[in-house]
Amino acid sequence: MTGTRKELLAVQGVTKAYPGVVANSDVSFTISEGEVHALLGENGAGKSTLVKMIYGLVKPDSGSMRLHGTPYAPAEPRAARMSGVAMVFQHFSLFEALNVAENVALGMENPPKLRELASRIRAVSEEYGLPLDPDRMVGDLSAGERQRVEIIRCLLQDPKLLIMDEPTSVLTPQEVDILFKTLRQLSAEGTAILYISHKLEEIRTLCDEATILRRGKVVATCTPRDRSAREMAELMVGATLTPPARSEKAKGATALQVSGLSVNSPIPFGTSLKNVSFTVARGEVLGIAGVAGNGQDELLLALSGELKTQKDAVKIEGVGLGDTGPNERRKVGLVSAPEERLGHAAAPDMSLVENALLSGAVRKNLTRNGFIDWTATTTFADEIVKDFDVRTPGTHVAARALSGGNLQKFVVGRELSQSPSVIIINQPTWGVDAAAAAAIRQAILDRASDGAAVVVISQDLDELLEIADNFAALNEGRLTPTRPVQGLTIDEIGLMMGGAHGMEVAHHAG
Amino acid sequence: MDLGGINPVVLIASLMVASVPIILAAIGELVVEKAGVLNLGVEGMMIMGAICGFVTSVETGNPYLGFVGGALGGAALSLIFAFLTQVLLANQVATGLALTLFGLGLSSLIGQGYVGIKPPLTPTVPLGPLADIPVLGTILFDHDWVVYLSILSIASVWAVLKYSRTGLILRAVGENHDAAHALGYKVVRIRVMAILFGGAMAGLGGAYISLIRVPQWTDGITAGAGWIALAIVVFASWKPWRVLLGAYLFGGITVLQLNLQAAGARIPVEYLSMSPYLITILVLVIMSADRSRAALNAPAALGRNFHAAR
Amino acid sequence: MFRLEKRPSPSRFWTAATPVLAVLLTMVAGGIMFAILGKNPFEAIRTIFWDPLFDPQFAAYSRPQLLVKAGPLILIAVGLSLGFRAGIWNIGAEGQYIMGAIFGAGVGLAFYPDIPWFAFPLMVLAGAFGGWIWAMIPAILRTRFRTNEILVSLLLVYVAQNILSSMSLGLMKNPDGGGFPGSRNLGQIPGLANPELIAGTGMHWGVVTAFVVVIATYVLLQRHMLGFQIKLAGQAPRAARFAGVSPNRLVVLCMGISGALAGLAGMFEVAGPAGQISIDFNVGYGFTAIIVAFLGRLNPIGILLAGLLMALTYIGGELAQFMLGLPSAAIQAFQGMLLFFLLAVDVSTNYRIRFGQGEAA
Repeated sequence: MTGTRKELLAVQGVTKAYPGVVANSDVSFTISEGEVHALLGENGAGKSTLVKMIYGLVKPDSGSMRLHGTPYAPAEPRAARMSGVAMVFQHFSLFEALNVAENVALGMENPPKLRELASRIRAVSEEYGLPLDPDRMVGDLSAGERQRVEIIRCLLQDPKLLIMDEPTSVLTPQEVDILFKTLRQLSAEGTAILYISHKLEEIRTLCDEATILRRGKVVATCTPRDRSAREMAELMVGATLTPPARSEKAKGATALQVSGLSVNSPIPFGTSLKNVSFTVARGEVLGIAGVAGNGQDELLLALSGELKTQKDAVKIEGVGLGDTGPNERRKVGLVSAPEERLGHAAAPDMSLVENALLSGAVRKNLTRNGFIDWTATTTFADEIVKDFDVRTPGTHVAARALSGGNLQKFVVGRELSQSPSVIIINQPTWGVDAAAAAAIRQAILDRASDGAAVVVISQDLDELLEIADNFAALNEGRLTPTRPVQGLTIDEIGLMMGGAHGMEVAHHAG
Repeated sequence: MDLGGINPVVLIASLMVASVPIILAAIGELVVEKAGVLNLGVEGMMIMGAICGFVTSVETGNPYLGFVGGALGGAALSLIFAFLTQVLLANQVATGLALTLFGLGLSSLIGQGYVGIKPPLTPTVPLGPLADIPVLGTILFDHDWVVYLSILSIASVWAVLKYSRTGLILRAVGENHDAAHALGYKVVRIRVMAILFGGAMAGLGGAYISLIRVPQWTDGITAGAGWIALAIVVFASWKPWRVLLGAYLFGGITVLQLNLQAAGARIPVEYLSMSPYLITILVLVIMSADRSRAALNAPAALGRNFHAAR
Repeated sequence: MFRLEKRPSPSRFWTAATPVLAVLLTMVAGGIMFAILGKNPFEAIRTIFWDPLFDPQFAAYSRPQLLVKAGPLILIAVGLSLGFRAGIWNIGAEGQYIMGAIFGAGVGLAFYPDIPWFAFPLMVLAGAFGGWIWAMIPAILRTRFRTNEILVSLLLVYVAQNILSSMSLGLMKNPDGGGFPGSRNLGQIPGLANPELIAGTGMHWGVVTAFVVVIATYVLLQRHMLGFQIKLAGQAPRAARFAGVSPNRLVVLCMGISGALAGLAGMFEVAGPAGQISIDFNVGYGFTAIIVAFLGRLNPIGILLAGLLMALTYIGGELAQFMLGLPSAAIQAFQGMLLFFLLAVDVSTNYRIRFGQGEAA
């Protein structure tokens, strides 16, 4: 079916190198008008760099591009937008303290007066089934609504090519359905879509063509509907993956009990927790799902002790510790790993040894009378590196020098190596390559079978379904009742996550 | 209408004059901070403006050129700040302090031969019969042009930030520089422009002190006005009209304590002279104690350096 | 054009090399400035950096001055460096220095004329307390009301200066002083004076304290958990909270330590080299110490060296004023320039500089 369409964008032999890493090497592919084209690859495969070149944020070292058959080399995003290329970013392109209309205006070349723009936003959002109030502050919007801001910003400029970077990572399954309807409608109207993802089922549902990248190179081009998800996964990863092994075990006594936990968010535009209650037994993995920004960060802070609450809201081994700090909780065996690796779980400019001390001082007895035992700390850091296969020249290097996956292995390893009885992890494999993700999940399961109570907060449903025994979801700071993973359907999960967040309203039959 | 030897009409008229340097410097710094840059060198830029304005004015004999010189002096110093923080990514707090220390030294060096000289007089704007209106005339229509400029600058900054595309882009850069960069805006260029504007405004404010308010040159003539301007930006929670309010409040206290000193009040002079600083601290505390207001209005990227990675 | 490329790890070489490079660059730029002022740049540089130490005519006077001037600078700068490392900006050390002097001198003079043996130790405590309490104002305001400590600590300098003049004109004025402002001369009252301990060295109790503080701080930063927490809080505030560091406790500690050390410096100064409380008692050590702290890379040993160097520019500056008629303000500008160059070359610690056209930022 693509053969009948006119070529829109052709990328030919594009190469881009950064010091120490070749992000894209001789990449070529073409997109036709109205085609939904997937760009598939693991984290670090070079997808982002490639689309940044198409969008004019990065200049290729060599190679060329053609748009509508004429040479295309955008010097900056403005030029790309003028040529009809628009992009919906995964992160970093909205301004929380500005309202929707202002945010949209910033992404346009010649925006009309704000009042007129507001009415156009209303019109377009209705046409494509993406309701949005132009006067609302973006900081107050949910993740899905924020994405709508970005999409509408693009649509107002009648793009010929719409680039979408991992758009479904912030959506509930129901919201994904609505988005796909919108995208199909656009495609039917002749807009080509470059869809970046590492989620295979989505690509099989939505996309006409797929280009698969591995380590910066194109390894295959295929029609996703004709391939199985497993085939594509192996092309993407370059190896056969084995899902983590879990041993059947009997559940133990309750190790962590959270009851009526309500706390205001310390984060600007954050989500307050409202009456959150759950229990986790020894040996149990509780998966907490939810779309980004529904209280995940706050829940981690309240459990780790960075955010203090009422004494009895958090009980560890039956003892109320809600009003204590992180180190008091570590003493009784609770460890935690926040989502943000650089800056929260680890100090970017400090060495791995210092970062081992950061959270390991209490349980590993690394200090005496306040004085640091650097020898013991170095040994501890070396152990983590060895046990968790952290690829690094040594423990003296700064944390920021490690790749995302290796640093995550270090951070998770640091917590899991402290013989914990309760483990809290937020986004254990976010932005981590498949091999490292598998290793991390296995390590978590191993600790659970050793008798630790584990809470995994994640936005990756596949991950939760893979490792969790029980399942709950955060929605606007409230936690649903816990349910066993066995027997849950995707639809039920979606409803637990908040359904379509009031978006069920009619979607124009595209 | 005398209250213990203090005429309220004259008091209001003179508080408008007293607050001009602070208004100019603060509104400049407000723009800088709205762009996400914290320049603590206001004091240094003001005093450079004060001496450059003074020297230009004395050498040319033209009071208006003096203000041009002052603005250029402040802007020149702010250019160093812009280069260090925007190009070389130096810490903004440290660089701002360096600016102040350097400005104080350099200004006193330049000002060596100018101590004790009177600068050419800046006339009041002839508004004819308006100035003769009782009470209102003295308060509103009997000032030099810079007083009007200071109010105009508040109004223009307010209008530009609120209604223009330039203002929108500036706010966007101060809110989230990574997002602004991703949309293709030149973060560094926009910030450098804002810093230069802030420098020029601080320089104007400094020139006003040495050319009109005092008017002569002495070392350290700004006496902390730059720091107070910084405090007033916080007090104003980054809203232009509140800068005017804050500056008039501060100007009022300064003038009042000077009047009390002159009137021979029984409070020792030292305690009167420290009162503006104490009141500024008090006001800062009141403003920052209100969690909701202070946190939401501060530009989110304030003081953070931008480096376009990948 | 050039562009910056972040290094994977901070460069150790440049961490040590930048201060040296900054000093050299400042000498060049300073030389140009002196030339513009109509002085021979080489002679000026030599007069500032060489003659105070090695000129047979002046060294005998100047060498002891080195420790006299470096003592308070080091003492204050070490305290400031702790806060600066933790991202806590106490820039009002000048005010804390003044309050330390007032408290110290006040306690001493209260005993006059019958001086008990414990008067001097009590003065030391009072000096530290004076600086500490003055620093506690911005500290408490920040922890309680989130008030910006930079502005408050700085504004309090002006308040302290007014208190100083009030003291020297009023409460603490020497009753036998013939109406001149200023207190009795503590330096001439045995039991209250902070004397030169070894003749001809300039060594007094303040200098001894400075050396002790340098060593203690070095140990604190290298081996103690508190030092680690201070570094962590400055580099990654969220990671510090994760590690269980209470930001408020750190503010109170760092502000308190720097205030107390600045107060001590003021007290040793008023009882020793300055001798009395007077309107012009403070000469800007509290501000110059900021430069010293940065020049010493916020590292106690570095601060020791930087303090000596900065003291040299003070003495050399005076000498140049006397010998060449170089204005005293030139030295102040020179010191400011040093901080600029330091901040400018500091970029090489964390970034590689690549020349040639890159992507525009």
